Amino acid sequence: MAKLELQNLTKAYSKTVVPVKDLSLTVDDNEFLTLVGPSGCGKSTILRMIAGLEQVTQGTVSIGGRDVTPLAPGDRNIAMVFQSYALYPHMTVYDNMASGLKLRKLGVGDIQKRIQSASQVLGLDPLLDRRPSQLSGGQRQRVALGRALVREPDVFLLDEPLSNLDALLREQVRADLKQIFERQESPVVYVTHDQTEAMTLSTKVAVLSEGYLQQLDAPNEIYRRPANRFVAGFIGSPQMNLMTLERVENSVLLGEFKIELPDAARKGSSVILGIRPEHVRLPQEGDCQIVRGDVFLVENLGMSDLVSVRLHGSDDRVLRAMLPADATWSRENIELALPPQSIHWFDVETEARLTS
Amino acid sequence: MTQDYIRQRERRTGWLLILPALLVLLLVYAYPILRAFWLSVFTENLSTNLEPVFSGFENYGRMAQDGRFWASLGNTAIFTAASLVLELILGLGVALTLDQAFRGRGWVRTIAILPWALPTALIALAWRWIFNGEFGVWNDILMRLQIIGNPINWLGDPNWAMLGVIAADVWKTTSFVAILLLAGLQSIPQDLYEAHAIDGATPLQSFRKITLPLIMPQILIAMLFRFAQAFGIFDLIQVMTGGGPGGATEMVSLYIYATVMRYLDFGYGAALVVVTFVILIAVVAIAALYLSKVRHAAGVEE
Ligand SMILES: Nc1ncnc2c1ncn2[C@@H]1O[C@H](COP(=O)(O)OP(=O)(O)OP(=O)(O)O)[C@@H](O)[C@H]1O
Ligand SMILES: [Mg+2]
Repeated sequence: MAKLELQNLTKAYSKTVVPVKDLSLTVDDNEFLTLVGPSGCGKSTILRMIAGLEQVTQGTVSIGGRDVTPLAPGDRNIAMVFQSYALYPHMTVYDNMASGLKLRKLGVGDIQKRIQSASQVLGLDPLLDRRPSQLSGGQRQRVALGRALVREPDVFLLDEPLSNLDALLREQVRADLKQIFERQESPVVYVTHDQTEAMTLSTKVAVLSEGYLQQLDAPNEIYRRPANRFVAGFIGSPQMNLMTLERVENSVLLGEFKIELPDAARKGSSVILGIRPEHVRLPQEGDCQIVRGDVFLVENLGMSDLVSVRLHGSDDRVLRAMLPADATWSRENIELALPPQSIHWFDVETEARLTS
Repeated sequence: MTQDYIRQRERRTGWLLILPALLVLLLVYAYPILRAFWLSVFTENLSTNLEPVFSGFENYGRMAQDGRFWASLGNTAIFTAASLVLELILGLGVALTLDQAFRGRGWVRTIAILPWALPTALIALAWRWIFNGEFGVWNDILMRLQIIGNPINWLGDPNWAMLGVIAADVWKTTSFVAILLLAGLQSIPQDLYEAHAIDGATPLQSFRKITLPLIMPQILIAMLFRFAQAFGIFDLIQVMTGGGPGGATEMVSLYIYATVMRYLDFGYGAALVVVTFVILIAVVAIAALYLSKVRHAAGVEE
C-alpha cells in the first residue's frame, strides 16, 4: 500500500562530502526499519531526503509506488519526529498536535477524535493545555510522537527520538514505541546509534558506514551472521573479539593455540577471526578448541563478568569473555573454549564474511 | 507550607543590588519630573516678569483651548504612527532578507546598521538637501523619470513636508528595527520550520504561524523604543523644517521648545511637558503590560 522505496539514492554536499552513496532499499507496510551506524555516517541525511527536507543529488524516493522525489515535504504525507522534538513553543500540546491536521483542512470533530485517541495511548490527557516549556523531557518526547501519530501518515520517520532521555526512561519509552508501532501499518524508518534500540524495535536493520549500506537484514540475522568485519564490530555489546591471524595450512595460530579453519576460509596468508565475548566460555566436556591466558581486567556487568584475558604465547592478543558471575576460574592460566560454530571468519582484504 | 528561604534571600539580595541604580534613577529622572509638575501649577512668563505666581491648574485649562498645542499633538501622532508602521514593514523585510544565508552577509549587515549609527543632525541636513526644491536629487530623479514636470519644493510645501520628514526618519531607523527583529528571527530554531513544512505548511503559513508569533516580543520591544523616540522627535525636524512650513511639521517637542526658549513661558512649558510625559508613560505602560503577555504566549518565560 504505502511501501517506501529508495532507489540508488545519493547525496553529495560537495565533491568530497558525499554522506549517502547509491543506497537502495524498501520498507513495506508493517515493517520497521532501523538505520544504525556511527556518528556522521549519513543516517539523518537519508531521513531528511525521504522527508524532502534535503535535495536528492541522485536517485528516487517513492512512497506507495508514487515518485515523491520532486515533491515538497508537505505533499509527501509523511510524519517525522525530530531529535530535538521541534515542538512549537508558542502552542499548547493540543495545538501542536492539531497543527498538521488543521493545515490539511480536517474537520474540528475529526481533529478532536484523533488527538483524543493519541493522547490516551500516550498518556497526554492531563497535559493538553500546557506549553512545551512546561513539560519534562519525556513528556515532550511523547508530544512529538503524538504529533506524528495523529497525522496517520503513509510513512513514519524518527531521528534518534530517544537520545535526549535518561537510560531508564529510554528503556520504558522504547517498549512503548514498540507497542505503538506494532498497532499501526505504515512503514517506519527509525534512526539511532543505539544498537539495543535497533535490535529490539525493528523488523529490519540497515547498518551504514561511510555512506554505504553494509548490511540489511533482520536484527537476529545481523547479530548471528554479520556480513562483514564492520558490522561484526558495530553490532553487539560488548564488542566482538576481532583478531587478524596468520594462516598455517588449514588452521590459524592464536598465540600458541591452533584453531581449525572451515573450508571457505582456507585462503590468503591471514584471516580475521571474530567471536563474541558472550560465546567464549569456560571449557566443558567435549570442547576441543581451548586457549589459555592470564586475566588482567574484570568488569562486573551485574549478571556476568566481562573478563579480559591476555593469551599465552603472544604479548598483545587479548580475548574478552563474558563469564557467569558465579563461575569460578583462576586469574592465572584461565582456560577458555572457543566453540567453532560461534566463530566468524572474515577476509583480510575485503573484510567480507567468509563462512556462510 | 514552609517558607521559601532561598527565594526570600534572593529577593533581599536583589533589592540590595538595585538600590544604587534606583537612587541614581530617582535623582536623575524622578526629581526633574516632579519639579516639572510643581512648575506647571505656576504662571511664570514675561507678563509676570518671570516671577512664579501660583495659578493652580490654569495652565492646563489654557492648554485645552490651545489650537497650536492640539495641532502639534496631531502632527506628532501622524509622524509617529506613519514612521512606526513603515519601519515595521520595511524592517521586517530587511530582517528576513538578512536572515537568509548569502555571500557577504556579514558586510551587508554591517552596512545596514550604518544609518542608525550616524548622527541625526547630519542625516537631517543631508535629507534637507535631497528634498531641496532647486538642487535636490529627489527632484532630479523624478524629473528624469518624467514623473513630475516641474521641480517641487518638498519641504516648503505644507502637504509634502510631513512626508519628507517621515521619509528621513524611516530611512534612519529602519535598520534599528531590522537588527532587533533579526535577533528574534535568529533565535527561532530551523527545525520548527522543517516540522511545519512536513505538517504541510506553505512558507507564507509558516511565516504567520511560526515566525510572527515567535518574534512578537522583539516586534513589541522595537515598537516600544521607536514610539518613545518618535513621540519625542526633535533634532531631525528642527534641522529639516524647523517645524514649518506654517507649523505643518511642528511636533510637541518643538512647540515646548518654542514655548520655553522663545516665549519664555516657563510655567506653561512645564504643563506641556507634564501632559506629554503622561501620554508617553501611559502608552509605554500599556505596551509593556502587553509585552509581558506576548512573551508568555510565545513560551519565552513562565
Ligand atoms: N548541510 C551540510 N553541508 C555539508 N555537509 C553536511 C551537511 N549536513 C551534513 N553534512 C555531513 O554529512 C555527513 C552525514 O551527516 P548526518 O547528519 O547524516 O550524520 P548522522 O549519521 O545523522 O550522524 P549522527 O549520528 O551524529 O546524527 C556528515 O559528515 C556531515 O558532516
Ligand atoms: Mg543525525
